[in-house]
Amino acid sequence: MTEPVLSVRNLQVEFVTRRNTLRAIDGISFEIAKGEVLGVVGESGAGKSVTGLAIIGLIDRPGRIAGGSIYLSGMRIDDLPPQEMRRIRGKRIGMIFQDPLTSLNPLYRIGDQLVETIRTHTNLSEQGARKRAIDLLAEVGIPAPDKRIDAYPHEFSGGMRQRVVIALAICAEPELIIADEPTTALDVSVQAQIISLIKRLGRDHGTAVMLVTHDMGVIAETSDRVAVMYSGRIAEIGPVRDVVQNPLHPYAKGLMGAIPTLVGDAARLVQIPGSMPRLSAIPPGCAFNPRCAFAFDRCRIERPEPIRRGTQAVACHLYDAAGKESAA
Amino acid sequence: MSDAIVPHKADVTHQSDAGTRRARLQYGRWLGRAFESDLFYSFRRSRVTMIAAAVTALFFLVAIFAPFIAVQNPFDPAQLELMNSRIAPLWTADGQAPFLLGTDEQGRDVFSAILYGLRISLAVGVLGVLFSGTLGIALGLIAGYVGGAVDGLIMRIADVQLTFPAILIALLIDGVVKSLFGNRLDAASTLGVLVFAIGLSFWVQYARTVRGSVMIEKNKDYVAAAQLIGLPAPVIMLRHVLPNAMGPILVIATINLALAIITEATLSFLGAGMPDTMPSLGTLIRIGNNYLFSGEWWIVAFPGFVLAALILSINLLGDWLRDALNPKLR
Amino acid sequence: MLAFTLRRAMQAVGVMIAVGIISFSMFRFAGDPVNQMVAIDTSAAQRAEIRKSLGLDDPVVVQFARYFGNAMQFKFGVSYQFRQPVADLLKERMPATLELAICATILAIVFGILMGVYSALRRDTFVTKILQAISLIGISLPTFLIGILLIYLFAVVLGWLPSFGRGDVVQIGWWKTGLLTASGLKALIMPSITLGLFQMTLIMRLVRAEMLEVLRTDYIRFARARGLTTSAIHFGHALKNTLVPVITVTGLQFGSVIAFAIITESVFQWPGMGLLFVQAVQNVDIPIMAAYLLMVSLIFVTINLVVDILYTVVDPRLRATISRPA
Repeated sequence: MTEPVLSVRNLQVEFVTRRNTLRAIDGISFEIAKGEVLGVVGESGAGKSVTGLAIIGLIDRPGRIAGGSIYLSGMRIDDLPPQEMRRIRGKRIGMIFQDPLTSLNPLYRIGDQLVETIRTHTNLSEQGARKRAIDLLAEVGIPAPDKRIDAYPHEFSGGMRQRVVIALAICAEPELIIADEPTTALDVSVQAQIISLIKRLGRDHGTAVMLVTHDMGVIAETSDRVAVMYSGRIAEIGPVRDVVQNPLHPYAKGLMGAIPTLVGDAARLVQIPGSMPRLSAIPPGCAFNPRCAFAFDRCRIERPEPIRRGTQAVACHLYDAAGKESAA
Repeated sequence: MSDAIVPHKADVTHQSDAGTRRARLQYGRWLGRAFESDLFYSFRRSRVTMIAAAVTALFFLVAIFAPFIAVQNPFDPAQLELMNSRIAPLWTADGQAPFLLGTDEQGRDVFSAILYGLRISLAVGVLGVLFSGTLGIALGLIAGYVGGAVDGLIMRIADVQLTFPAILIALLIDGVVKSLFGNRLDAASTLGVLVFAIGLSFWVQYARTVRGSVMIEKNKDYVAAAQLIGLPAPVIMLRHVLPNAMGPILVIATINLALAIITEATLSFLGAGMPDTMPSLGTLIRIGNNYLFSGEWWIVAFPGFVLAALILSINLLGDWLRDALNPKLR
Repeated sequence: MLAFTLRRAMQAVGVMIAVGIISFSMFRFAGDPVNQMVAIDTSAAQRAEIRKSLGLDDPVVVQFARYFGNAMQFKFGVSYQFRQPVADLLKERMPATLELAICATILAIVFGILMGVYSALRRDTFVTKILQAISLIGISLPTFLIGILLIYLFAVVLGWLPSFGRGDVVQIGWWKTGLLTASGLKALIMPSITLGLFQMTLIMRLVRAEMLEVLRTDYIRFARARGLTTSAIHFGHALKNTLVPVITVTGLQFGSVIAFAIITESVFQWPGMGLLFVQAVQNVDIPIMAAYLLMVSLIFVTINLVVDILYTVVDPRLRATISRPA
């Protein structure tokens, strides 16, 4: 197997406040291969966005990477000096944020913003960069790009602006794109277009994509694999088909039960009782134990580590016990 | 915010008998609010604010008790002796007891003059704030409650006045009043003129704040209910609307106290305020400024320092009050 | 747009008429103009004569119309103290005040922006704490105390700079400038700092607050995620977004600078309109006070009108941003 584009090993991110230290990411590991789309799903506050920011090196004080390592095509990037990390951002890793309405500087023409970014990462001349900018706008599906390039952000609709944002993120042909809730702020009708655009770009350029969202439906549609996050940890990770059809972790089961399907009975939608704990009040043992219907004593004391089960990996004591039993 | 402490209090009172519980609740309502409130918490946490409060309190105290602290009454020409003029501060080679901070050209003890000057400055400041506050609150209540053309007129005047700096307005009012009365004004009436001029310069902010809160409260059900049971409009406004606007008014008043003191000092410095016979801090600085080049630096330095410390302390208190009462601004 | 401009212009004219009425009332009713013009031994008959020749017996409305008509032609009457037409006095003094106010504003903008940007970008450094302390002092200390302090330091102790006056001036047409001589420039330093300090702290606080807000926005985060250089982000993207409100506020404040020049000019005996005004207040020279009020109001109203119209030209959304209290 070739080297993965992104490899995250035992990553930990902390936020140091005056009173205490909050652990937003607590030891997560995953990989994304070339051309693969990894969906990261979870409730808000589960650590999805923080993971994305940690990879691209944009965790601001008081946050910091407290442990673990991040590799980009085999090169360690989490401990790079700021200047070198800056050169990787935008060039080798592109990022797309949630709200296209606020992601673009309102005082600059979109062409200026594209040309500035292209010229930061390539040796293209002003004219060359402009030509490339027009090509990029065409590629992300902006009609009449040679005219629209001189427009200001507020002259575009939300969906069109997200296309511009995507053009900005891919303008240096990055190996990895991190898309942080790229469709959440958009109209439902536009969401599908943007999703298929991201998927097409990943396929055409062989780019690895990390798609962060809280929408299981989006993941089921786009991703090759999915990681379910809960309270700063990965509860379950595996191929989308397997995780959707046969979720192992009780939380993942609840989450999959929450996907409405056309064939299913609406009344059967499962709701997980309670809500995710705040970072300052994560219970000992498994963070999910207060909401888990299957919790037993060990869940309240010992933290479960990921266990391989076929194509999936799950962090739950239920399967540790089951594994032992079946082995015996 | 104080609601957050209620469960805790209930636990405590639960164990005690009914009598003390009532007493405790009464007591708790006042002291509990005062000491466990956000306000007091943030106050205790900020050392700068505590120092500022201490300095402000000290200034008020020495101003009130000036006659007991000062070695002479600087307003009384009979107590001044020209023999004692231009003596340097006590710790310098030429110092003489009892003139701690030296004397000016009339033989006036600078320390005593500062104490009495502080009295005048604080009196003008406090009276000016009271006057502008009363005027502003009254106009704001009327504008908000009556509405229509009255509201339009009052707010139009406020808009126009707000575009001009207060010091210019105060100078103009001062000049006009003086021209009306000629130079027949004695020192005490000058103080009155200053209070009047400052009051008329600073009413706008109160009026805007009060009007805003009247507009919000006016349409609420309890006001309509109060009207229905026949409470007269002024009573409704004072009893129901004003308490809601009290926080912002307090902040404006604190910051305006500093502004009023600066304005008075500036007017006096410009020769349009308190006369030499009854000097405020600003007057003292104007007098001392003439001796800057002849080497008697203490005549201007100490009043200047006191004025600066006073204004800085009040401003710091005002800043803290604004932040503490309005968490959104933090 | 045209309707808006017209409405604002009408309001400006309304304000000017109101100020004109106040100014006229001062001129006419505060103190008897005749008493100010004659000696004590002038007979009652002579007084009546003068009164008639000045038109003081005409109906008040006629007098006001005449006063306003004269004011439109910059005829403000004769100063009691100087026995000269007020218009001539103001014309002679205006260049000094304008040069001082413009220098102070430039100083305030340049240093205010630099300090604001620095304290926003390096939030927790020692220098930033010092800058914030300076800004607190700049807002707290009365202008005249700062002036006296500067005079004591640089004129009395060090003897580097002159403590009063404009230095040598050069006559260009009717405009006397101090900008072309070494002594004139030297004399300008301390008054400009004194006058500009308050605006400088204001601009610094505004730039800092705006900059901190802009740095938190999504488009700055996205710019960082695209790997743009720090300087491009700070000075290209963030500062540009900060400057629009700063420039408008500074424009609005220019009128205040001219009004606050009253104090600075008194401290440094700077021969401008402000000093003239203070002397007029001290000596109850009503014609000068009335004329100064009219002149300053005209400047204020004009600036406000221009800025108001510019808002809508530049960006209608800006109006909401600017009108919020500092």
